[in-house]
Amino acid sequence: MTAALVLGILGLLLGLALALASKAFYVEKDERIEKVEQVLPQANCGACGYAGCAAFAEAVVKGEAEISGCIPGGSDTAAAIAGILGKKASSSEKVVAVVHCRGNINAMRNRFEYQGIKDCNAAILLHGGDVDCLYACLGYYSCVEACPFDAMEKTENGGVRVDEEKCVGCGVCVDACPKKIIELKKASKKVDVLCSSRDKGADVMKICKVGCIGCKKCEKACPVDAIKVTGNLAQIDYDICISCGKCAEVCPTHVIEDKLAALFPQGKRTPPVIEPEKCVGCTICAKNCPSDAIRGKVKEIHEIEPEKCVACGICVEKCPKDAIRWHEE
Amino acid sequence: MAIGSLFIIAISAIFINNFVLIKFLGICPFMGVSKKLDSALGMGGAVIFVMTIASAVTWTVQKYVLDKHGLQYLQTIVFIVVIASLVQFIEMFLQKSIPDLYKALGIFLPLITTNCAILGVTIMNITEKYSFIGAVVNGLSAGIGFTLALVMMAGIREKLELADIPEALKGVPITFITASLMSLAFMGFSGMKIG
Repeated sequence: MTAALVLGILGLLLGLALALASKAFYVEKDERIEKVEQVLPQANCGACGYAGCAAFAEAVVKGEAEISGCIPGGSDTAAAIAGILGKKASSSEKVVAVVHCRGNINAMRNRFEYQGIKDCNAAILLHGGDVDCLYACLGYYSCVEACPFDAMEKTENGGVRVDEEKCVGCGVCVDACPKKIIELKKASKKVDVLCSSRDKGADVMKICKVGCIGCKKCEKACPVDAIKVTGNLAQIDYDICISCGKCAEVCPTHVIEDKLAALFPQGKRTPPVIEPEKCVGCTICAKNCPSDAIRGKVKEIHEIEPEKCVACGICVEKCPKDAIRWHEE
Repeated sequence: MAIGSLFIIAISAIFINNFVLIKFLGICPFMGVSKKLDSALGMGGAVIFVMTIASAVTWTVQKYVLDKHGLQYLQTIVFIVVIASLVQFIEMFLQKSIPDLYKALGIFLPLITTNCAILGVTIMNITEKYSFIGAVVNGLSAGIGFTLALVMMAGIREKLELADIPEALKGVPITFITASLMSLAFMGFSGMKIG
């Protein structure tokens, strides 16, 4: 009898105390935090600089983080968050990763036989890895494992490449790579040097065959001086580069990749053509042309001079009337 | 109670009668939350916190409710109820008053509500006939001992991640082997003469 009484009273008291406490210590939570969390990708990649999506949602609602801070979510997520918070989204340009190595790895494992853990960060500890080229990808796919979006592909030669459709530019692979050959760049930049080797040209030819030999042909071909050879390696300054692909055309080892060239019938860029019936003569294309290849007076139909044109495609994007025809989508 | 005997209680609870490695209590969080060092520290902090407060509260309940009415046989169920609601209460209190600590302890606070190590330390307080201060010191030290074991385990497991372990032993098996070796090492303390 006493037992039931004591236990009953105890339970009642504790229950009451908890009920009162939940009223007394009620914490008002901003319901917008939950809503923002729901529109986030929930990959918890940490690219925003916060510990996961929940922390980012809280920071955004508090105004500590940018609305466009979620890199994987991109502009869609930014717009959704902006809708919840009643703010305007500042646009963020899509960023993707690029691996600066052609990845001819299987042919280059000649330094010694590595039998350790199949992980780049472990492999590099042993004399910098078993790959002949000390600047090359190690081919143990630490970045592929790390990528939360399944955007890194293994290539048939043992290297990796980025699927730009899937890549959201979170930068997890950049941190995962011990060779530091992965970089983030704007997705609108279509031309990349797929090599990080600072070896002399002769050595590159000996061990890799698809690396940069520092011949400087690209430097001479570049119309805007965006590509420079320093320390036997060509590097593109993405801020200056207009993605015309001229460097890729002259590169003797084909280590410079032009992603747009593949969209053309012969695998080579051709100058765009202005459709006379659509052109209104606004001169916007001529003003934006980096090589001064567009002729025409105001309110008259413009024309592109094929011999001057570098086929960068800037005019195609800038034309407000969609009057410039280029490659097939 | 003399400082000396409190010191003995503390040393005994941290090393000689370490709750995890000697008494084998609280094995679940010991295995579950020892993958990373920082989460181990968070869990340890939460356990120290709850053990200390639970010791104080259950000792009072035992003395002024159970002993008074001769209901010692209800000890287990009463303690569980008291500890569970206590943790709930602490959680609400922290969330309102000390949000920083609430964030630091995070998910671990509700997780340890039904941890057997907490119940174990409170029952031990009674069977060892500790005074109120003795019970609180015992709870605190048991928590420290738990944290010690957890943090050491997390440190070892972080290294194990990189080690070349035979396929069959990967994951939980190697963790259990590690735990048993640690336990053996801790049993060496039982020969220690204190006081």
